[in-house]
Amino acid sequence: MNPIILALVTVVLGVIACVTYFFGSNWVLDRIYPDTGPNAGRNINRANAVRPWLFMLPAIAILGLYLVYPVFNSIWLSMMDRSRENFVGLENYRWMIADDKFQESLFNNAMWLIIVPAMSTLFGLIAAGLTDRIWWGNIAKSLIFMPMAISFVGASVIWKFIYDYRGEDQTQIGLLNSIVTSLGGDPQAWITIPFWNDIFLMVILIWIQTGFAMVILSAALRGIPEETIEAAVLDGAGPLTVFFKIKIPQIAGTIAVVWTTITILVLKVFDIVFAMTNGEWGTQVLANYMYRMTFIDGHAGRGSAIALTIMVLVIPIMIWNIRNALKENA
Amino acid sequence: MASLLLQNIAKSYGTVEVLKDIDLDIEQGELIVFVGPSGCGKSTLLRMIAGLEKITGGDLYIDGERMNDTPPSKRGIAMVFQSYALYPHMTVYDNMAFALKVAKMPKAEIDQRVRNAGKILQLTDYLDRLPKALSGGQRQRVAIGRSIVRDPKVYLFDEPLSNLDAALRVDTRIEIAQLKENMPESTMIYVTHDQVEAMTLATRIVVLNNKTHTIAQFGTPLDLYQRPENTFVAQFIGSPKMNLLPGTISAAQDTTTTIDVTAGGVATVPVSAAGLPSGTEVQLGVRPEDFVVAQPGDAVIFEGQASYTEKLGEVTVVYFTPRDGEDSVIAKIPGIADVSKGTQLSLTASPDKLHLFDASGHSFFYK
Repeated sequence: MNPIILALVTVVLGVIACVTYFFGSNWVLDRIYPDTGPNAGRNINRANAVRPWLFMLPAIAILGLYLVYPVFNSIWLSMMDRSRENFVGLENYRWMIADDKFQESLFNNAMWLIIVPAMSTLFGLIAAGLTDRIWWGNIAKSLIFMPMAISFVGASVIWKFIYDYRGEDQTQIGLLNSIVTSLGGDPQAWITIPFWNDIFLMVILIWIQTGFAMVILSAALRGIPEETIEAAVLDGAGPLTVFFKIKIPQIAGTIAVVWTTITILVLKVFDIVFAMTNGEWGTQVLANYMYRMTFIDGHAGRGSAIALTIMVLVIPIMIWNIRNALKENA
Repeated sequence: MASLLLQNIAKSYGTVEVLKDIDLDIEQGELIVFVGPSGCGKSTLLRMIAGLEKITGGDLYIDGERMNDTPPSKRGIAMVFQSYALYPHMTVYDNMAFALKVAKMPKAEIDQRVRNAGKILQLTDYLDRLPKALSGGQRQRVAIGRSIVRDPKVYLFDEPLSNLDAALRVDTRIEIAQLKENMPESTMIYVTHDQVEAMTLATRIVVLNNKTHTIAQFGTPLDLYQRPENTFVAQFIGSPKMNLLPGTISAAQDTTTTIDVTAGGVATVPVSAAGLPSGTEVQLGVRPEDFVVAQPGDAVIFEGQASYTEKLGEVTVVYFTPRDGEDSVIAKIPGIADVSKGTQLSLTASPDKLHLFDASGHSFFYK
């Protein structure tokens, strides 16, 4: 069968199955607890207690299958050897802790974790604060937000051209090198310079995430009651005092949510490193190292151990983030 | 503790004029109320005095010093906003201390001022709380406290009671009146659309006209009630609004003028319309509460059939079937009157309670 037709049929059948499930299960529930007869009131209450579970059941089941099961499977795998057949206990973890490349990844991840969320939030806040005051602010906002629409790999390709290096005696096509050479400097192979290459990779993610931070913070800034700002002006506060003492504290919750959301994203950073350096020249990060271990070296046990490390690091931030977001909405 | 002088103040947004020809001479210690219907520019005028809106014409003087281009914080004013505008992330104490901290006042003096204001406003037990843990009335008091600590020359209030429920509004109104009594030196300007607030609080009231964008009248509350300069003020102050009965002059003597009311009825008003020929169109103003049921022998000003009555116990409000193109005539009769739909009534009023306006709405009293 033509694959397009097959796909269409699958979609239609899937939708029909969903509709049938929700209508059908609801119908059955109404038959079991009819809203008429002697126990109508009690039946309605019982049906209402059951109904949410009925409707959420498919989602819970699918999430369980694709999220919870892999976690346990990873835990199991992380205690197996390369062949995935022999149980080795905590051997993979022992290897991991002693491994130079893992330590480098952990250190790099920590650097990413400190620099990227801080800079993205800072630039986002500055952009949000400034674009609200100028007539071409919306155009500027669109431009700053646009990188959000580019995939990480796509962004990496763009930045590869910026950092590009073509040997000492060739014409430099990289934007950065052409600026450097036009100013009389020597071209550099930017992404091979230890430590600084890390920063150059982070710039890409900051470039992408600033737009996200800006949009959320801009909405938060607009939500600040205008009268509190006028009151502060009457109280003698200058623009900087108003910004730092009146505006920022009122959007502190949103800043925290933006910060932690980017933090979680950073912990999982993979694509950029994969596309730019593949972890060479001291730029390895956990997610890329996990991929490398599992699929290049073919050692799923070690890969899983690294994966679980990432998960353990993400969970507390995640919980804090969700709590903050809930508090914002309350 | 200051006098204010507004000379020819105007405000326009592009070509749209929202205020013009505003001349006010406000003395130290007055409580001036700006009142008027929605869109008359009363809040805009207040915000121009505060410096939150640019003055596009005329001059503003505080204590003789021209303030048009002085930044808001240097004008010696403090403002209480309609929404209170408390800083939500600061405690009551910090809310009140903020302006003083910005001004780099010594800590000990800040503390003394804030605690003093807290005591005046009964906020001492709440100084450590955040605004969200306060009731509406308490938030209102914090907003006032934020002004008091700065000891400004002029207090500005922008509809400060409109977010409170009815009972609290009455209490807070009295509190503001007492606050003013305790600070007889300070000058206050108060914006409201509620004429009861205006009448009870003001030393003088500024009524702004939303059609002409000018001052309709500037005077004491009782002046506005007893001697409105024009039909706009006449109908704005007092509730229900003053009845305006069209009529013509039948005889203009030196000290009195006799009017033939078009709807039937005669009235003699103790003002002079000397020089005007009989037949000149005028409007006779009678407040609903000034109407009394005519006894035999009285000159009847108005006669009509009740179309609707409201018995409030204290008074009975009677609405009469309106004539074509005119408003319903309303009478407020004391007590529970034996009037219902269809009752025929003849009304009169004491001559000194009558108002007479020319066809364009100006009072003859001021001619």
